[in-house]
Amino acid sequence: MAKDTQTVDPVGKSVPRLDAFDKVTGAAQFTDDLQFGPGLLHGRVVRSPHPHALIRRVDGGRALAVPGVKAVVTGEDTPGFIGLYLKDRHIFCTDRVRYVGDPVAGVIAVSEEIAEDAARLVEVEYEVLEGVFDPLTAFQPDAPLLHPDLGSYEVVPFIFPRPGSNVSNVFRVRKGDVDAAWAECDCIIEETYRVPHIQHVPIEPHVAVARWDASGEVTLWSSTQSPFAQRDLIAQTLGVSQGDMRVIGNYIGGGFGSKAGVSMEALAVAMARRVIGRPVKVRLTREEEFCCAFVRQGLVAKVKIGGTKAGQILALAVEYYWDAGAYTEYGVNITRAAGYSSTGPYTIPNVKTDSYCLYTNHPVGGPMRGFGMPEIHWSIEQSVDRLAEALDWDPVQFRLRNCVQGGDKIVTGMVMHPVGLSECIERAARAVEWGKQEPPTAPHKRRGKGIAICWKAPAMPPNPGSEAWVRFNEDGTVSVGVGGQELGQGVFTVAAQMAAQALGVPYEWVRISHPVDTKYSPYEWQTVASRITWSMGNAIKAAAEDARQQILEIVARHWDESPDELDIRGGEVISYRSERSLPLASMVVYGLPRPDDQGWIGGPIIGRGSFMPTYVTGLDPETGQGERAVVHYTTGAQAVEVEVDTETGQIEILRLAAVYDVGKAINPNQVQAQLEGGVVQGASSALFEALLFEEGRPLNPSFVDYRIVTAVDAPRQIVGGYVEVPQDDGPWGARGVGEHPMIATAPAIANAVYDALGLRFNDLPLTAERVFMALRECEGNKGSRGFLRARE
Amino acid sequence: MSRHTISVTVNGSAEYVDVPSNMTLLQMLREKLALTGTKNGCEAGECGACTVLLDGEPVNACMVLAVEVDGREVTTVEGLAHDGQLDVVQQAFVEEGGVQCGFCTPGMLISAHSLLDRNPHPTEEEIRQALVGNLCRCTGYTRIVRAVQKAARGRV
Ligand code: FES
Ligand code: FES
Repeated sequence: MAKDTQTVDPVGKSVPRLDAFDKVTGAAQFTDDLQFGPGLLHGRVVRSPHPHALIRRVDGGRALAVPGVKAVVTGEDTPGFIGLYLKDRHIFCTDRVRYVGDPVAGVIAVSEEIAEDAARLVEVEYEVLEGVFDPLTAFQPDAPLLHPDLGSYEVVPFIFPRPGSNVSNVFRVRKGDVDAAWAECDCIIEETYRVPHIQHVPIEPHVAVARWDASGEVTLWSSTQSPFAQRDLIAQTLGVSQGDMRVIGNYIGGGFGSKAGVSMEALAVAMARRVIGRPVKVRLTREEEFCCAFVRQGLVAKVKIGGTKAGQILALAVEYYWDAGAYTEYGVNITRAAGYSSTGPYTIPNVKTDSYCLYTNHPVGGPMRGFGMPEIHWSIEQSVDRLAEALDWDPVQFRLRNCVQGGDKIVTGMVMHPVGLSECIERAARAVEWGKQEPPTAPHKRRGKGIAICWKAPAMPPNPGSEAWVRFNEDGTVSVGVGGQELGQGVFTVAAQMAAQALGVPYEWVRISHPVDTKYSPYEWQTVASRITWSMGNAIKAAAEDARQQILEIVARHWDESPDELDIRGGEVISYRSERSLPLASMVVYGLPRPDDQGWIGGPIIGRGSFMPTYVTGLDPETGQGERAVVHYTTGAQAVEVEVDTETGQIEILRLAAVYDVGKAINPNQVQAQLEGGVVQGASSALFEALLFEEGRPLNPSFVDYRIVTAVDAPRQIVGGYVEVPQDDGPWGARGVGEHPMIATAPAIANAVYDALGLRFNDLPLTAERVFMALRECEGNKGSRGFLRARE
Repeated sequence: MSRHTISVTVNGSAEYVDVPSNMTLLQMLREKLALTGTKNGCEAGECGACTVLLDGEPVNACMVLAVEVDGREVTTVEGLAHDGQLDVVQQAFVEEGGVQCGFCTPGMLISAHSLLDRNPHPTEEEIRQALVGNLCRCTGYTRIVRAVQKAARGRV
């Protein structure tokens, strides 16, 4: 049986992680750790050096002549289109390249070195085209077109491309009467904000191994958040039955969205088709990881916001121009999510939103932790702060006055579910002692406090499903099948807690069946959107309850009692009436004898559960209005205290509080861990991160030139907290919180920096250099140190 | 490419390995000895995922050639636990929640070990400095630092 500890009723308890032992001993297997023996071949991708060009000729002849090279694959081998929401991408480019790094050919060889050397010998002739490197330029009617065939691409019904332009999706909100409302505002603020591309930077780069068997079965081992979506999308594009396509997903060394959908994995599958029976491994280098998988989309946000002296936000008009990169198959939905969440977590009566997804000759903009929300909240939360100040309101009080409450009609007309955002705001503010001013630690330093709040709904199609099963082993231990992926967020642990709770067995009795294998594991749309605890959790709960009911009925017949009088507690079936008890081990596989001993009852128990939200409605394409745009929103607040060194421009985060309404903390420790990791990733994006390009050419695709927060830079004092206002469609009331901690961090820091210096930064990131330059400029304008004195 | 047979002690056991001259220690561990606990995050000496002890000193295995370790001693994450018993640093990482995706973990553990060998009672800042070459994208480092503090207490 299981280990000595027996945790009954584990939901709501901070049980230790299921996977920690394997991860600290080196036993946990990641995709690159799998052994394929001497038959393994290696694939190397030949990538475009141009941001925009037509392909005139690809010749793999010289590469193929290198000893050890098995095949060269080009766009001719992969004519179909691939994509999640809009099929705008080939696996290997056929006629055109659209970013530096676009895959043009693949070389398969017996070793990585040979593949790499031979890849340099593939000859590609290009006709270079004018590129587009900015979303505002891309939006111009005379801008060079990246996708002249946009009108012929297959697209889901809720995405609206504009053929003949670079706009691959538009989301509009028309609520109330914005134009009339401006006249009633006592103050109006108008600003433009810019968010650069950044990258997810999982410490494990993308890796995929694929094999085509002569029988026609295709197997893909990949470091992926989306085994089932990969099965579906790759099978469709390559003309394979989903039944013959198998995706196996081991542990993932960090995803943050970069390993959602399909990015480089289809390359491995397309290459493997040329060497039947042999596994082919493709592993991205760190440089490729920075620019050739997904990056976060850039954004130019124009925000106009107005309110009254009484403290009400009356009107908001926003234009979002997404720098979505070369292909927007996944990114189109970020534009949509940004649109239906465009007010941030505020109830504003008059709203006008235009959110545009724009093709540019930058890397592929894809999903990243927050899915558009960190980007739009950067602009919303600074604008709200500016408006509060102009109206002479305290930033915390102004947010409490306007933030969304249960029952409010929000931006899309949906009625908001019960929500504990006000409490999150109050607690976050308290945690940094809002209103109290401490002196800086040195005369050349300035201190300030800032707050920002946020919301985010799972962004997905209306009908993404989850399945789960629950089976038993002879000793009563439980195997739970899941299709959700463990990428560090702790989903296996939470899954085991939920199954144990719903069944009535100790947590330690549960085993999660992994790796996820689409051939044997239950279906799961994708491990994205902070939807797994909620959606997969519902499926697990249903599967466990199904198994539980079967068990109770069998034992009731055996005892000649009614199932209603029985329960399962601590792994035993008990009767409240007769006070009898029976260990699960004695019946979950072999059943029980009939009371008269003539024959048997039951048999191996298998519980099944599935969940799909059926209640999300469509939205009017002109107004963005509809009954229920999303399943729900998770909301929260972050407050931060910073100290800025005016001699270096360096921002130090002294303390940071993050409080979110999680509905129900299934595992409080893991919620805290998500909060800490998320705010630090947010702080990293706020202080350091930007992928830099010159005419589409990446300038800093390495850890040396693209800094992320280290143990030394990370904030020392992070206070995490949560509020529990239950979610009606969540298991035990839970809603997701994986992405959210990253959303409010950057604007909270910017608001604190403003409090410290009196300087606003509309563009990310707030590097020391940028802050320093702004301080110098300010001095120049106001005379030596004049402005700094003025604020003392 | 010339090939060499080297003898090296890995996690206490003597190994004779046939390696090409351009093979890194990281490749040798992962591909020749199937010790895949040591991770490859950049192959450029920048992420620390491949940190191992070489004669007791932490090195990035991706920056050391296999031929250089001839006659020397290497400790990897697989060498930390004994008979299924986690050592004090591993145990602290489990208990304090210093593990999320786990990809940085092997390197972190090795760097933490090396720190505690040199400095059994490090301050928080000393711990952070010692881990500066080990990037973690998941945890925000808080719990990792706490785990090392706990391990330091546990070692006395
Ligand atoms: S893999 Fe060696 S430092 Fe990154
Ligand atoms: S736990 Fe994922 S990188 Fe550290």
